[in-house]
Amino acid sequence: MAFNIIVCAKQVPDTNEIRINPETGTLIRDGVPSILNNDDNNALETALEIKDKYDDVVVSVISMGPPQAQDMLFECVAKGADRGILISDRAVGGSDTWATSNAIEAGIKKFEKEFGKVNLILAGRQAIDGDTAQVGPQIAEKFGLPQVTYVEEFKISDDLKTVNVHRQMEDGYEEIEVKTPCMLTCIKELNDPRYMNMKGIFGEKEIIIWNAKDIEVDLNKVGLEASPTNVFRSFTPAPKGKGEILEGDTENQIAQKLMIGLKGKHVI
Amino acid sequence: MAIKIINDKCKGCTICTKNCPFDALTMEGKLAVCDEAKCTNCNACVAKCPFEAIEAAPEQEEVDLSAYKHIWVFAEQREGKLMNVALELIGEGRKLAKDISEDTEVCAVLIGDGIDHLAQECFEYGAEKVYMIQDPLLKNYTTDAYTKVMKQAIDEYKPEIVLYGATHIGRDFAPRIAARCNTGLTADCTHLDVNIAKYIEFAKKETTLDTSTLDPNSSDTGIKQTRPAFGGNLMATIICPRTRPQMSTVRPGVMQKREPEKGATGEIVTIKPEIKAEDIHITIKNIVKSAKELVSLTDADIICSGGRGLGDASGFELIEKFAKKVGGVVGSSRACVDAGWIDHSHQVGQTGTTVKPKIYFACGISGAIQHLAGMQTSDIIVAINKDADAPIFEVADFGIVGDLYKVIPEIMKEWDNAEALFDAANK
Repeated sequence: MAFNIIVCAKQVPDTNEIRINPETGTLIRDGVPSILNNDDNNALETALEIKDKYDDVVVSVISMGPPQAQDMLFECVAKGADRGILISDRAVGGSDTWATSNAIEAGIKKFEKEFGKVNLILAGRQAIDGDTAQVGPQIAEKFGLPQVTYVEEFKISDDLKTVNVHRQMEDGYEEIEVKTPCMLTCIKELNDPRYMNMKGIFGEKEIIIWNAKDIEVDLNKVGLEASPTNVFRSFTPAPKGKGEILEGDTENQIAQKLMIGLKGKHVI
Repeated sequence: MAIKIINDKCKGCTICTKNCPFDALTMEGKLAVCDEAKCTNCNACVAKCPFEAIEAAPEQEEVDLSAYKHIWVFAEQREGKLMNVALELIGEGRKLAKDISEDTEVCAVLIGDGIDHLAQECFEYGAEKVYMIQDPLLKNYTTDAYTKVMKQAIDEYKPEIVLYGATHIGRDFAPRIAARCNTGLTADCTHLDVNIAKYIEFAKKETTLDTSTLDPNSSDTGIKQTRPAFGGNLMATIICPRTRPQMSTVRPGVMQKREPEKGATGEIVTIKPEIKAEDIHITIKNIVKSAKELVSLTDADIICSGGRGLGDASGFELIEKFAKKVGGVVGSSRACVDAGWIDHSHQVGQTGTTVKPKIYFACGISGAIQHLAGMQTSDIIVAINKDADAPIFEVADFGIVGDLYKVIPEIMKEWDNAEALFDAANK
C-alpha cells in the first residue's frame, strides 16, 4: 500500500501586488497574479521531501476553487506532486471555512475510494487572502485526526508511523510527537520550497476535476447559503490623513522639530 | 428525511431523475421514486419539476437561538499565567454583554491544572462568572483535550458568544471547536459590535462604509465581527446569524483591558471534565522557550522598527541603541525577518504582531500593506526614509525624508530636550 499524502492548497491573489484605487477606495485586482499560497508551498515541499526519501509515497494536492485554479495545481505537479485534484462547482462557491472543510472532506473521502487510505494531510497554516488558519483544523476535525498547527520543523520515522515536529509558539516552540494519520499545518520557517523542474513539467501529469456530484457532498453543507458565517458589509479602511513632512537645513533641526511635534501631541 | 414525490401530480416526465445530483431519483413505471438512502435533501429536484410534484425535504432543525445566552471568554493561561489578550477580551466582552442586555454576563472560561488563583484576576478585570475546568491532563494545551472539555462546557451552558485570543493556541483551538459545534468562526477580528447604532458609529469614524442602509434602531444584537482581509486592503464585517455560539478569535493588543477592580468577586462554576489520557493523541515532549529576550511588542508604548532601508543586519545595532534611549522595543518589517537580520518575534504586520504603541518609529520601512495593517492604528507614527514616495509617508504623522543613520542620532541627542524645545517654540 502506498503512503498517501494529501496536500491542501489554495490559489490566491498575490496580496503584495494588490493596490487600492485612491479615487474609489476599491481594490485593484486587475493584473494581480494568482499564486500558490505561500504556506501551502511549504506544505507541498514537506510532502515532496518525504517522497524523495522513501519509496511508494504518493503526493496528491487537493484544492477547491474556480477552474483556473488548475494552473496552480499544474505548478504543484511540475514541482513533483503525483496528481492534482480540483473541486470545482458553483454549488461550493461562496463557502466559508466550515463549508469549505465540508467540501474538502467529501473530496478526500472520494479520494480514499479511488486511491486508498490517506496517511498524512498537510496544509499551509493560512492563506494570504483570508488569513483565517481555520480550514486545516476543521478538516482534521471532520476526520477525527490529531492536528499540529504552526509546524516549523518536521521529522518522520523510517516506518512512516511517527512524526516529530516543532510547533512554533510566540515565545519558543513545543516538541510534539504524533502518530500518522494526522494533519499538520506548515509555516514558512519549515523549509525552502523547490522550483518547478523539467521532469515535473514534461512528465505524466494528472489533474482531476471533481464537481459536487462527483464528491457526493451534501449540498446543505456547502456553498454560500449553507455557510454559518456571512459577510454583513465590506469596505476599505478610512485613509489616515497625511501627516506633516518635517524639513530643515540640518538633521538636528529636523530632530528638534520632531521633538516639538511629539510634545505637542502629548505622547512624550 | 428526504424529498417527497406527490404521486397524484407526477406525470412521469423524468426531468427530476436527470437533474438529481445524487442519482437518488429513478422511474418506476410512470412515477418517480426517491431512494431515501441516496437523497441528501439538496432539494435540487424541487425547482426542476414542472408540475410541482415534489415536496421539499423538511428544513434541518433550526437552532433555537434564544437558548444561548452570555458571553464567554476563553481565558488562555500558560504555566499558570493569564495571557494579556484574555484580560483584553474580558474587558471587551463586558462591554458587548451590556450592549446585548443588562442581564447578559461576561464569563471567563479557565482550563488548566492548579489554576484556582486565576479566577480572582478574571473577576478583577471584569468577569462576572468564571467556569473552572481543571485536570492534570489539561495542564498544557493540547488540541484534543481542550476541545473535548470546551465542547462539553458549551453543550451544557450554551453561551451566545465565545471569544478567543488569536494566539498560536487560540488559532489552533477555536477552529476545531467551531467545526465540532457546527457553528461559524471569524478569525483575527479587530473590532466587535453587537449593537447596530454602535456599529454605525464605528463605521463612520474609521471606515469608508456607506451607513445609510443600516437602521440605528434595529433590535438585532447578533455579533458584527470586523476583520482585515487581503492583507489589510479590505475590511469585512462578518455575522453568524443562524448558528450558536457565535465565535471569534481576536488579535492580541487591539481590545482594551478594564482598570482592575481590586477585590472584585463573582460566581465560580466548577465543571468536572470528562477527559481520559486516551483522548489525547499527541505527546508534548518538551516546551522550549526561546533563549532570546521575550519581545513584548503588544505592550510597548514606543516601538522603534527597522526595515530594509537599514542596508544590512548591523543596522539593528543602531535601532537597538535608539530603542534603549527612548525606552522602546525593537520591531521589524517582514523583509528583515525574511532576510535573517532579526528574529521573527520582532516582526510587526499582518503576519507578525499587531501593535498600537503611543509612538511608532518606522526607520527605513517602505510601508508594504502587510506592515501597515499591523501598525497603522498606532497613536503617532514617525517615518524616516530616504525615498520621499515611500507609502509609509501616507500614514505617518511626522515624516522625515533623509538618511536614517544621520537622523536617528540627532533624535537621540534631542530626546531629553523635548520639553525645553517645546516651551521655546511656544513662547
